[in-house]
Amino acid sequence: MNRSRKAVALTALAAAVALTATACGGGGSNNKSSSNQGAGYDAATKGKVINASDKKGGTLKLMSPQDVDFLDPARAYYGFVWNMQRLYIRQLLAYDSKPGEAGTKLVPDLAESLPTLSNGGKTYTFKLKAGVKFEDGTPITSKDIKYGIERVFAQDVLSGGPTYLIDLLDQGQKYPGPYKDKDPNKLGLKSVQTPDDQTIVFNLAKPNSDFSYLMAMADSSPVPAAKDDGAKYTNHPVATGPYKVQSFVAGKETVFVRNPNWDSKTDPIRKGLPDKVTFTVTSNPDDMDARLLSGDVDYAVDGTGVQQAAKIKILQTPKYKANADDPFSGYIRYFAFPQTVAPFDNIECRKAVIYAADPKSLQTARGGPTSGDLGANMLPPGIPGSDKSYDPWGLTQGKPQLDKAKAALKACGKPNGFKTTIAVRNNRKPEIATAESLQASLKAVGIDASIDQYDGKNSSSVIGAPDNVKKKGYGIIVMGWGADYNSGAGFLQPLVDGSFILKNGNNNYTMLNDKTVNGLFDQAAAAASPEAAAPFYTQINKAIMEKALYLPINFDKALVYRNPRLTNVFYQESMGRLDLAVMGVVK
Amino acid sequence: MLVYLLRRLVNVVVMLVIVSMVTFGIFFMVPKITGSDPALLYAGRETNKTAIEGIRKKMGLDKPITTQYGLFLKGIVAGRDYDQGSQITHCPAPCFGYSFKNEQPVWPDLKQRIPVTMSLAAGASVLWLIGGVATGVISALRRRTVLDRVTMITALAGVSLPIYFTGLVCSAVFIYSLEWMETINYAPLTDDPAAWLNSMILPWITLAFLFAATYARLTRATMLEILGEDYIRTARAKGLKEQVVIRKHALRSTLTPIITVFGLDLGALLGGAVLTESTFSLPGMGKAAVDAINSGDLPVIMGVTIIAAFFVVMANLIVDLLYAVVDPRVRLT
Repeated sequence: MNRSRKAVALTALAAAVALTATACGGGGSNNKSSSNQGAGYDAATKGKVINASDKKGGTLKLMSPQDVDFLDPARAYYGFVWNMQRLYIRQLLAYDSKPGEAGTKLVPDLAESLPTLSNGGKTYTFKLKAGVKFEDGTPITSKDIKYGIERVFAQDVLSGGPTYLIDLLDQGQKYPGPYKDKDPNKLGLKSVQTPDDQTIVFNLAKPNSDFSYLMAMADSSPVPAAKDDGAKYTNHPVATGPYKVQSFVAGKETVFVRNPNWDSKTDPIRKGLPDKVTFTVTSNPDDMDARLLSGDVDYAVDGTGVQQAAKIKILQTPKYKANADDPFSGYIRYFAFPQTVAPFDNIECRKAVIYAADPKSLQTARGGPTSGDLGANMLPPGIPGSDKSYDPWGLTQGKPQLDKAKAALKACGKPNGFKTTIAVRNNRKPEIATAESLQASLKAVGIDASIDQYDGKNSSSVIGAPDNVKKKGYGIIVMGWGADYNSGAGFLQPLVDGSFILKNGNNNYTMLNDKTVNGLFDQAAAAASPEAAAPFYTQINKAIMEKALYLPINFDKALVYRNPRLTNVFYQESMGRLDLAVMGVVK
Repeated sequence: MLVYLLRRLVNVVVMLVIVSMVTFGIFFMVPKITGSDPALLYAGRETNKTAIEGIRKKMGLDKPITTQYGLFLKGIVAGRDYDQGSQITHCPAPCFGYSFKNEQPVWPDLKQRIPVTMSLAAGASVLWLIGGVATGVISALRRRTVLDRVTMITALAGVSLPIYFTGLVCSAVFIYSLEWMETINYAPLTDDPAAWLNSMILPWITLAFLFAATYARLTRATMLEILGEDYIRTARAKGLKEQVVIRKHALRSTLTPIITVFGLDLGALLGGAVLTESTFSLPGMGKAAVDAINSGDLPVIMGVTIIAAFFVVMANLIVDLLYAVVDPRVRLT
């Protein structure tokens, strides 16, 4: 009897625990506060500065679930790190710290003015400002900039960063980088000259209207040769901006403090308001979101958006929503159709897939409207030459066009549909969800698509190897892409220029090698300025969309939260994030 | 005893060398065979031939596989020199190299993670050992009663439910719904004992629930078998109290298989409780392993594997030594 009672008690306890566990699903703290202290939902994306202030002081607290890849300017490739680098390093040019389209324009930073072009657009000459210094007080010279650029060539030591500069400046020299340079001053790169300490001259092999953008990228930053300790430089890069690195502990924290040798009079884009900036890496994104909402953290600097639980909380709570934004991340999510895999060599079959897709369902699969606007074309907003409203396939109607899909299938010679395979990275849940959405939509017109989830980290050798794509029969590839720099070439060229097709690490998944498109890139490069190049990118976008090579899913967005105490808050279009260059914490 | 210990230590070293060879082979040779190029992982998305060649050289992938392995072993035993561009840097032993991902030395990072995993494994193992063995003994002694059935069904649930399920349910209930605990944000015991305890309680319970279930079932089965042995009958016939028979005679013999399994489990856990650490975002060895595998960071994968193997073989050795303590019939020679 006694035993039975104990058993009943234990059973009751187990049931109570189970019930509590079940009940907790819909629980959560019930925050009914409706006071609206924020600037308004999405206010930071509306082209205005929130909480404009020049007051100095305080500590700006940044956090991210992702650590920096590298602090070394030659090696960083994460978009959020480039935004953070605006705090401590400067280049000849920089994206203006202004909201809206003005933030996509380049302004002189270390340079006195925009470059002087000569020799038919092949020679770029920059003059440095007087009085610009490294953190130790040493003046920055043109040789430091040349040395910084030369470091990019030392890929056997400093791997990971962009390599556009090698493509443009090596010109057959096979320059090994400064560490193996036989020049006594380690300045042996022939295409770059430094006639005096204030002047740097770049001689290109052919005109390139995008070259100025490369001079605004972190890997064009000056580096003092005397302080360069190669691969270890990433632990203590020498600052030229308003802050210097006080400490860096990989996987944990980076602390920036004021650089006493930064002169605000020489700097048109940075304010240097907080006394200190901390960047903390967290292993718990939900905890990060909780700390953001409680005001303990100022900004999740990675910019990829809050987790699902916080997303719901923010959207349902007015006071949180008023401090949230849903900016465009600069990415387009899309499906690509490799022409080497039948029947995608036939435009009508490609059109059938585009028409059969359900754009609204694809958007839902990625996380709903806050995850992005319906895709329409392949040139993202903010890039010169883009037109978000250009929608040749009627995708923004948001529903499948089954009649057109069936007609296209008939024209393709496959009226009853066909079999194909969708390749998707196994470590990207939203991509898998979009693949499943497309799979379901295609079934309605008889297209039988199987899904192959491959190891996402091996993209370069799975979908990036054209031979493998053909062998595996990947007719549809799910991917996402954002520009390294704010130009049509920066976004589109790796995707659709035939000369960019590679055996491994290929990004031109559709295998487009079209004389007209390739020629348009050449014409854009030869244009006098980025603005003059823009119409060519409009034409390229139109050409590739008309060839039905891509099914754009969305213009990617991410719901981010800003601490209401932040000042000078706005979305910097080129960085795809809130601009750290001017952000403060004291109103 | 000393000879036995020395012999076993030599075995430990041989075992670690074999593990390192197999792991090295899997992670460095398989990509070669399948045609995938680890250098592409680190080239950034804009692939450039110079970059790929440079990365191959930097990672040592341009050298024969045997040379690469030889250098790796040398690093662990005697340290190794690395060309950092402008200077040669010495990586002191035990040197597992530098992370391919962020260029940080692997060993200092893992060294920081070991206390996290140790905290988790130690606390959870105490809970599951006490809980599991006690439940198993009680269940065996109350065989075929309702109590026995309820505990065994609970144990079955414990074995069946994956940690990422029980872990998430625990978090949902105790952190987010009842708000009895703060969100988990690990801090070392020496820095912030309260935060350390807060970050450990739920992982301990979750992990212990899984293991205690196994131990309860194992204890019950062994105990029942032993209770049928002749010497137990003899003990009872001699008029010994039931409590003494159970505690001194039955339980002691029951512990031998329990210790064997416990040693292996604890050793494996010290190498990283992958699911628990990932579920609760604890920055331990298991989390390092998952992150390294996801990013293909070969030096970190090698480091975690060797350290995990070290813990497993050492735990085995300790278990073998403990046999002599627990079971008087065992002699170490």
